[in-house]
Amino acid sequence: MNYKAEEYDVAVIGAGHAGIEAALASARLGCKTVIFTINMDSVGNLPCNPAIGGTAKGHLVFEIDALGGEMGKAADVSTIQSRMLNRGKGPAVHSMRVQVDRKMYSEYMKHTLEKQENLLLRQAEIVAIERTNNGWTLTTRLGAQHDVSCVIIATGTYLGGRVFVGDVNYESGPDGMFAATQLSQSMKELGLKLRRFKTGTPARVLKSSIDFSGLDEQCGDEDPIPFSSATENEIENKVKCYISWTNDNTKKVIKDNLHRSPLYGGMIEGVGPRYCPSIEDKIVRFPDKPRHQCFIEPCGINTDEMYLQGISSSLPEDVQISLYRTMDGMENVKIMRSAYAIEYDCIDPTEMYPSLEFKEFEGLFGAGQFNGSSGYEEAAAQGLVAGINAARKVKKLEPIIFSRSNSYIGTLIDDLVTKGVMDPYRMMTSRSEYRLVLRQDNAQERLSEIGYEIGLLSKESYEIFKRNIALKYEEIERAKKTTISPSEKLNEILVSRETTPVETGVRLADLLKRPQINYKSLEEVDITRPDIPQQILEQAEVEIKYEGYIKRQMDQINELKRLERKIIPKDIDYDDVKGLRLEATEKLKKFRPINVGQASRISGVSPADVSVLMIYLKAKFHC
Amino acid sequence: MSETIAAIATGQDPGGIGVIRISGNNAVEIGDKVFKSVSGKKLASLSGYHAMYGRVEGKNDFSDEAVALVFISPHSYTGEDVVELSCHGGRYSTEMTLKACIDAGARPAQAGEFTKRAFENGKMSLTQAESVMNIVSSNGKQSAMAAMAAREGKLSKNIAEICNMLKDIDATLAAWSDFPEDDTPVVTEDELIKSLEKAEEKLTEVVEAGKYGCLIQEGIRTVICGRPNVGKSTLMNLLSGKEKSIVTDIPGTTRDTVDESVNVDGCVLLLSDTAGIRETNDKVETIGVERAKKAIETAQLILALFDSSEELQKEDIELIDMIAGRPSIAIINKSDKNKKIDDKYILNKIKHTVYISAREELGIEELKKSILSVTQLENLDAASGIIINERQLYCAKIALENIGKAIDDTKYGMTFDAINVSIDNALEKLFELTGERVSEEIVNEIFSKFCIGK
Repeated sequence: MNYKAEEYDVAVIGAGHAGIEAALASARLGCKTVIFTINMDSVGNLPCNPAIGGTAKGHLVFEIDALGGEMGKAADVSTIQSRMLNRGKGPAVHSMRVQVDRKMYSEYMKHTLEKQENLLLRQAEIVAIERTNNGWTLTTRLGAQHDVSCVIIATGTYLGGRVFVGDVNYESGPDGMFAATQLSQSMKELGLKLRRFKTGTPARVLKSSIDFSGLDEQCGDEDPIPFSSATENEIENKVKCYISWTNDNTKKVIKDNLHRSPLYGGMIEGVGPRYCPSIEDKIVRFPDKPRHQCFIEPCGINTDEMYLQGISSSLPEDVQISLYRTMDGMENVKIMRSAYAIEYDCIDPTEMYPSLEFKEFEGLFGAGQFNGSSGYEEAAAQGLVAGINAARKVKKLEPIIFSRSNSYIGTLIDDLVTKGVMDPYRMMTSRSEYRLVLRQDNAQERLSEIGYEIGLLSKESYEIFKRNIALKYEEIERAKKTTISPSEKLNEILVSRETTPVETGVRLADLLKRPQINYKSLEEVDITRPDIPQQILEQAEVEIKYEGYIKRQMDQINELKRLERKIIPKDIDYDDVKGLRLEATEKLKKFRPINVGQASRISGVSPADVSVLMIYLKAKFHC
Repeated sequence: MSETIAAIATGQDPGGIGVIRISGNNAVEIGDKVFKSVSGKKLASLSGYHAMYGRVEGKNDFSDEAVALVFISPHSYTGEDVVELSCHGGRYSTEMTLKACIDAGARPAQAGEFTKRAFENGKMSLTQAESVMNIVSSNGKQSAMAAMAAREGKLSKNIAEICNMLKDIDATLAAWSDFPEDDTPVVTEDELIKSLEKAEEKLTEVVEAGKYGCLIQEGIRTVICGRPNVGKSTLMNLLSGKEKSIVTDIPGTTRDTVDESVNVDGCVLLLSDTAGIRETNDKVETIGVERAKKAIETAQLILALFDSSEELQKEDIELIDMIAGRPSIAIINKSDKNKKIDDKYILNKIKHTVYISAREELGIEELKKSILSVTQLENLDAASGIIINERQLYCAKIALENIGKAIDDTKYGMTFDAINVSIDNALEKLFELTGERVSEEIVNEIFSKFCIGK
């Protein structure tokens, strides 16, 4: 028997990384919000690797923080080891990654949701979603019916979830949770076109069953920094990770048992992520590679569960045991949780606007794996955007659209909604054409103003950001004006770093442009240096060193912005645009791009079509 | 902010005056780089709707008289700052003036781009809009057809080969930085430079061949040279079928180079008649002689005339030495008269020699055959898969510049993330040349090549 329950402005289905950011953003922007989780103990769960950040994902976390999101803060609180990846490879690809304590992370997030004003965290399975005259009705399994204005779907791998281990498969969410099965049916009735994706995770094993003596250790950085500018506590490295390898025996075990894999047996219809292949997949696709790497990572401080990064599998349990035991140091390993593949329902993200609202379903938003992405950080980024835009919808404000030119968040969403996905989408630095401008170190400069203007970032935080940015530019000015006179000391520094000595005075900025030279190396000769934090000096150095490249990218960005300022009215009739090629007309009708910039990135729309479109807009709408 | 673009605004037919239009934020600045007024004043000092007289100057000592008109935004055709340079008509002057503008920082305009900008800036009405849209879209179809031809031809194979080299490098760098913990191959500076130099070499070939390719379409810069009164002007008139050069019996009549484009059995020659090369005290003629020598140095094809009725003279020997080894044809004129010339000397030094009588119009067919054979020997066959228009050449050149920058910066010690951006830019330009897109390609390449992922 259903009953009429509380009404809300915004309802979020799912309390994973996407749902959390969505609910917090919506509540913080003043909307009465509810977030549903199928199990109160799986809020902010990390069902795969116990880590936040990584290449391009670190960028996303810094960006989320600059906008007033929560992920960075949770990661800082629960960090047990921190590393800056790609240190020697240049500032565009510097990426922070931290190992976290899963329980601590999850607890922090749950408590944050609980404390949040305007927000209720509620355990309930949503079984039906229906349109009403002015919004939506959600029905829980226990019969509560909530009328809401906007819905954000962030169902992750729960939606229609099915777990595969060898020839065994059953309905299930991640980590042994219930799957949400009825909701898929309700979505289909609504007219959403669902597709199947899959992902997988390796086994968790008992620490004491591993012999670490012959394995390489991996320690954290010496001076770790936090993700969030709000974090005041020191980040500490508390654990070590270890590296093991597969070998010919592993290969043999897998090859002998391939026929027992559900993947090769044709049981799994879902498409898996290309970058995250199972170990059997790696061995089939790269038969010449003699060995594959495995990182052994602790799942937390108060647990002996260890995660085996790189060795996910959906082979039968007995094969898993044999294959893990072929690896270095794991001869006697004991599995605590078996590896599995999981299949789930998701949608085609090209059915959404860059605001993450469905084109066909007003007030309905999606985020995370439901949108065809993969990864905690990708999910959180979309959740934040969906939450912001759902709240703005309630408040009858224009949506906030992030651009490829201001963020990885914008790049991620544009890739999803404009190009679409064929397999679960992962963020990578090579996906951004503006990566020398979109760096971790300037995330605040790129985004904090937006965060402040929409009301997510507090005035205090914003003021601090602004002050730091001003300090950076003052320092750049100083470096350009300051002349360092030639001296034995200076030339000693230059020669010791294998760069040419100087005979006349030279500008500090010109010295910093040399790849071999950094601020630290000039400490003794740069006597007028102000007392500012090391991080700001490093940021200034990047701007100076890469000035030429940054300028080139800024020119490209300005060109893109010109196109993005040309808004395409929602009621445009593409059949009325004379001169468009037929393919372009059809593509434009299907994608309904919001501006000319987005239109120009749709495959099948040529530069000539874009010209025609711009002329039409100018003539007809004066825009 | 809009990029500054330039194009020839008058038609391709030879006319008295050719107009090169520059539009965009830096139009006046670029105008000042290529145009020097007689008064010494800068265009930047002018207000809108004003003109100045002077010269346009470009590479290879190109120079021509011109009038520059300045329009200040929004009072111009496009609504942006515009400079219009009116120089002499005909392809040579207009092309060279356009090249000078591009060298000074303008980008070649795309089809309909001036008009498009005019629209964007609200300079046109709805009816005008619709008629122009048709033009733009038909231009689009044409360029699509051109792109299609390029895709299927040998050019695209050449470009694809270079793209694959670059994609390989790019994917390796991308995998190396996006998957630092997977054991992807480590990239060393030496390897990187080696691969980049390979791509550079290959692309340089394409660009060099492309310069010829453009010539096929735009014409082969050809000079007619020789001592005074060996019959240069007569030959010129014969080839062009017009009385353009002044033909007299007095040596030294032609004191300046004259341009004419002629079609020799499908091969377009941009002919320059030059002043006769001889030592002279006549000041004006001396300038002409100097200019003729310059023209010979920059020509793609040299037609050197000799007088059969006289013995070889000092100036002839000098000329032979100057052109030996270059794409050239020795034309021994006045074959209708008594032969006194030592033609064996010429035959030894210059591969292609023909005998003609310009006045009697004898040997002209042999000359045409010889011209075609020289141009084909120089790989000027239009079907050989080389770049055939300025836009493609521009893309290839920018790509080449970016590869060069990547090599220089790697040697300088820049981090690979920055190098990667230059390679991306090079790829983007090459894909623009063949009409593909860049980023997806790299991602696909990464996945097919490397074993990565958690």
